[in-house]
Amino acid sequence: MNGVDDRTGQVRPVGRTSAGIGRVSGPARFLQSARILAWRNVHNFFTNPALLLPAILFPLFFFTAFAGGLSRVQHVPGFNYPNGYTTFQFGFVLVQAAAFGGVFAGFSIARDFESGFSRRVMLATPHRSSMILGYSVAAMVRAVVVVTLLFVVGLASGMNVSSGPADLVLIVLLAMAMNMLAVLFASGIAFRFRTIQAGPLMQTPMFMALFLTPVYVPYELLSGWVKTVAGVNPLTKVVEASRYLLAGMTDEVAIAFGLCLVVGLVLFGWSLSGLRNAERSGG
Amino acid sequence: MAHASAFDQAREIARRSVVSTMRRPAQIVPALIFPMFLVAINASGLDAATKLPGFPTDSYLTFALAVPFIQSGIFSLLNAGTDLARDIETGFMDRMALTPISRAALIAGELGGVIVQGVLFGTIYLVVGVAAGSGFGAGAAAVPLLILLAGSIALALGCVGMFVAARVGDSEVMQSTFPLFFMFMFFSSMAIPRPMIEKDWFRTIATINPVSYLIEGIRGLFIGPLDWGSLAIAFGVCAALTAIFLTGAARALGARLGR
Repeated sequence: MNGVDDRTGQVRPVGRTSAGIGRVSGPARFLQSARILAWRNVHNFFTNPALLLPAILFPLFFFTAFAGGLSRVQHVPGFNYPNGYTTFQFGFVLVQAAAFGGVFAGFSIARDFESGFSRRVMLATPHRSSMILGYSVAAMVRAVVVVTLLFVVGLASGMNVSSGPADLVLIVLLAMAMNMLAVLFASGIAFRFRTIQAGPLMQTPMFMALFLTPVYVPYELLSGWVKTVAGVNPLTKVVEASRYLLAGMTDEVAIAFGLCLVVGLVLFGWSLSGLRNAERSGG
Repeated sequence: MAHASAFDQAREIARRSVVSTMRRPAQIVPALIFPMFLVAINASGLDAATKLPGFPTDSYLTFALAVPFIQSGIFSLLNAGTDLARDIETGFMDRMALTPISRAALIAGELGGVIVQGVLFGTIYLVVGVAAGSGFGAGAAAVPLLILLAGSIALALGCVGMFVAARVGDSEVMQSTFPLFFMFMFFSSMAIPRPMIEKDWFRTIATINPVSYLIEGIRGLFIGPLDWGSLAIAFGVCAALTAIFLTGAARALGARLGR
């Protein structure tokens, strides 16, 4: 790989090519440094079992525990999801897995700041916002792998999917959008705190936001304060759209993508201002 | 301390353990808040489950209030294990090994903070739960039994943590075992009564999982009336876990300290 030594994390100027520094245009250098960062993160993810296993096992664990332990809930009067409880839970776990893939990217950023790697990247990269792109692409690659594995396990465990090919593409795109939101949120924290000790600040709000959606039953069957909060929680629409798509329906899908776009723009500002904060402090 | 009895030795270590636990709000606050947050969500999110035929109560909050006791126990497990692992890493245990203090007193003392935390949190969960509208069907006279069971659960799970810590001797590894122990809670009868679990394989796992019996012991007190059978099983499971893992922890620690 050009640019970064994976063993030492040492960075060579990302604009250097066989033709020498200065021959690469601004946008090309931006993309090159993003690509290098993404490659390094993906490589670390797939070669380090301590990163790979939790990312794969946690969603599988939640899926198995919820779908297996709570399937009786589908017999509650008013539970009208047509594809059964396993599929209903899969819709949630898919979104959750994508989101936590993004949060783990925040952990990587924080760890890179702690180790001094990010400081060297910031010295070597003229367009530092490429860091956001690099970590986001890596998080997406990781999420695609986890989501694919989840699908395999879900189908093997008897999940009933009525989606057509277009619906499946939309499900994956929705998962990637959720992944991107989580990356932007977690990176904003990571850029500001620059320590892995900020991990709970990335993980806990995401966990709470996800569990303040209709996790176990459809929205109509929720009660009390959770119903009120879930009603205004944008992630509710994302979880519901995921479930609808698995049942071959497109209800709520446009709203979910629209909300992802709006929240994504806000979180992009959050992430970028965090990066500027890190720049001001000298990484 | 050379002429102190094992009880005095354990009391001194316990005092250190309690003070050290109470001085670390970052360790205590999540263990207190997180379980209550989760039970609040589940009480609303799964309230519809009470409409299932055969569900033992019409309030999911009453049904679910047993879960924070176990979650808090898991945090106790992690805290106890992390404390011991840190004492091993920092050499505190090695210094203790140079004194005449007995291994049993050392471990029993380390568990002091865990028991205090279990009793304190149990009381808070009961007060907050009842204030939020949960019933306590076993009656006021059974409150001491609940607190005793909360302390016993914290002690039993704390012993598990001590055993793991004595084996691995690394606080970071100890922390990373969190999901493993959380799994025991999720694959139990925490969300639905065991006989009502629909999937056979899940019901089988929940039946052999000792955590189910701890939950059912506490749940029986909240739902009522007082069920001595499930209570006796819960205390029995606590006693068995404590005996097995305390012995294991003492042996592992002995091997580590070369005594």
